[in-house]
Amino acid sequence: MTTTTHRPVLSEAGQTVERHFRMLAGRKRLYTIGGILFMVLAMGGSLWFANESNAGKFFDRLPYLFDFVGQMVPRDGMEIWRAMFDLPSPYDDGSLKYNYPDGRIYFTQSLYMPEYFYKMLETINIALVATLIGFGLGFVLCFLAASNLMTRRWLRFFVRRFMEILRAFPEIVIAGFFLAIFSLGAVPAIIAVAVHTIGALGKMFFEVVENADLKAEEGLRAAGGNWVERVWFGVVPQVLPNFLSYGLLRLEINVRASTIIGAVGGGGIGETLRLSISQTHEAKTLAIILLLFCTIVAVDQFSAWLRRRLVGNQAFEFGRGA
Amino acid sequence: MSIAHDIDGITARHPEIFARSLRKRLTGWLVGAGIVAYLVFAWWFFSIGAVLSGGNWGIAGSYLADWVSYEVRPDFDLKDNHLEISYPRFSPLGANPEPGWVSLKSQTVEIRSESKAVDTDGATSGAGFLGSLDDGGSQDDTDSFLGPVAGADSEAPPQTESETVASKREAVVEASVEVGAAGRVDILPDLVRVTRDGETIVLEIDRGTGVIAPADLPSWASQREPGAKVMAYFGFAGRAEIRDNKVKISRRFLGWENFFFDTRSPFWGRPGSEVASLLLFGPRLQPDISNAALAFDNFVNNSEWQHGDVWLKLLQTIVMAFAGTVLAVIVAFPLSFAAARNIYPSRIANFALKRLFDFLRCVDMLIWALFFTRAFGPGPLAGISAIFFTDTGTFGKLYSETLENIDDKQREGVRSVGASPVVVQRYGVLPQVLPVFLSQALYFWESNTRSATIIGAVGAGGIGLKLWEAMRTNSDWENVAYMVLLILMVVFVFDTISNMLRQRLMGRASGSAH
Repeated sequence: MTTTTHRPVLSEAGQTVERHFRMLAGRKRLYTIGGILFMVLAMGGSLWFANESNAGKFFDRLPYLFDFVGQMVPRDGMEIWRAMFDLPSPYDDGSLKYNYPDGRIYFTQSLYMPEYFYKMLETINIALVATLIGFGLGFVLCFLAASNLMTRRWLRFFVRRFMEILRAFPEIVIAGFFLAIFSLGAVPAIIAVAVHTIGALGKMFFEVVENADLKAEEGLRAAGGNWVERVWFGVVPQVLPNFLSYGLLRLEINVRASTIIGAVGGGGIGETLRLSISQTHEAKTLAIILLLFCTIVAVDQFSAWLRRRLVGNQAFEFGRGA
Repeated sequence: MSIAHDIDGITARHPEIFARSLRKRLTGWLVGAGIVAYLVFAWWFFSIGAVLSGGNWGIAGSYLADWVSYEVRPDFDLKDNHLEISYPRFSPLGANPEPGWVSLKSQTVEIRSESKAVDTDGATSGAGFLGSLDDGGSQDDTDSFLGPVAGADSEAPPQTESETVASKREAVVEASVEVGAAGRVDILPDLVRVTRDGETIVLEIDRGTGVIAPADLPSWASQREPGAKVMAYFGFAGRAEIRDNKVKISRRFLGWENFFFDTRSPFWGRPGSEVASLLLFGPRLQPDISNAALAFDNFVNNSEWQHGDVWLKLLQTIVMAFAGTVLAVIVAFPLSFAAARNIYPSRIANFALKRLFDFLRCVDMLIWALFFTRAFGPGPLAGISAIFFTDTGTFGKLYSETLENIDDKQREGVRSVGASPVVVQRYGVLPQVLPVFLSQALYFWESNTRSATIIGAVGAGGIGLKLWEAMRTNSDWENVAYMVLLILMVVFVFDTISNMLRQRLMGRASGSAH
């Protein structure tokens, strides 16, 4: 740090210590400088490569970015609300841009649901169903993968690799494959998100199970309980709050994921957003973005509240992302 | 029994455990019933039943098989007294296939020229109007319109340009195709014998009119109505379609065909040892370029597998995740200090920055990706920007939360010796949070590699877009499998690197907790 003006003379042993300290500090500095240099080079190379292989160059396209932002401003502020609630627009010229009431979903003669709310509901339901499926199957698999409950090494190994593959397998491929079978719709999105969820939740679950206290399970074993009874009565009550917490966290992630999958053909709000952005329907786009934003914030807040009730602040320590 | 007595006693002493209130007992069942009711609702809402039954399940099997296998599809055109064999233009067997599983019997027959066009695709005139200098009998179908005829020529010697008169020449009169170990199709101009597992059906061909099949077809063969085409299935090994004028065989083989060299490459079809010896000592195949360079060029530009392009796109995806994450860290790092309540005392700045982070994070990565794709055009720049915007929010939030939870003693200590504010952060705060920051960054780098694949498909470029294009054609599933394998390998490698680095940073316990 700072140097002192007065340097006392050190003994021989002290000099050895000093020399070693300097050596260690010098090596650490070298590593730091090397690391930073490496990062700078890697970043420079990456950005250059990205710019070279992009369809338009960064500085050429920058004006378009601002143009595009300009195009996204609606004719008046009320347009956003009209688009969101499917109210007739004064600018209606019969084109797709202002035909808000066309999308209404009628329940009765006069009671209707605005199109984007319906699409949003669809996306949330995709996420919810996928999370439930993933939770159920992950729940079953995790006990087979936990080293403290499953003594068969090969089965544990197999289940873990299986979950790893489910987790790493690109969702887009699963979605694309089932889109080819079922044609466009929500079912491929549900399958794709659920498959990923099984792997992701299964991994988190078995780590929770491995950290569980096994005294209750030992008691059941001493009383002659079989494997399923031991797991169900000895382990599950202990780990369930954590499981639910992770499940809720997954739900947050899955709402986003199902939006993205929706954009490539899985239905729901994602698809609507992609279409309206690509056709530059500014009021519609902003209405969807606003709706999506509010939904994601609401889901996040709700899940955070519930998780805090379930497991306390422990749920918010680092490692929350998944 | 005393045990039963004890149990009664225990039950009596702990009523709160053995006789729980009705609400507690019912909660589990109610939650279960609620979930079931919701799933029923979802079944109705997405009309899952209808979608599942309406799905094209038959095609699903062949799509799945396409991941790891390929098909060769010879066609046998039935003529008066001989057969003509053709392979599709881009057959994986190359220009002049003579596969071992097709055995042909030839003899000299009298061939009447088909200027009357008995056949649906009699194409003798096709060669004529193009004025092409085809070297063989050009009764081959559509190929002749597109270019030089590839296919059956090897069997048939040059035919003279006689339009009307019959000529004698060598032609194929019988072909037998082995489909798998137990399947076999024998084709004669007026008779087709299909055998599977020792069971044989004989189909008489009434040319141009219909296929006469026996009444009791086995389960592996089918005919919609009398006279219509007959389909015979051989499981994975393939299938045969017998029409009244041709027999189409699809023979499926396990593996990725022409993975290294496509059929136009001089290295194509040679065994590995021969290629290796050519590369090392062989004479130059093209005088101006060494064999190794030629092989590399042929491999990278393989027209079916597009190795070079796939790798470039994969690199784009990796670069997207890397550059996006690093930029987000660089921006979020200083901002998080300003957003942390205990570090920067301005409430307004704290609040404004935290809402900014929330905004960046909650406007989904998809929205950013679509937005920047419109702005920058498809490519990695859009992906980098999308990841950068989303993760600046995420990192800002996580980092400022970490900063608000630090131990204040270290900071106090540095401040008490009179250090300037910057030095206080550097020596009082940074050593505590840096491992956590880096660990979080590594974690997100790895997870962004996966996200970059998905947002690529909506137009942000990279392997995602390539995957999506390959899937849209519905015929390149083997390429999809190849790309998925590459992605899985990359994700696995990054996962390992990131776990390793995190464990070094945070110590074993916390490094492996995710």
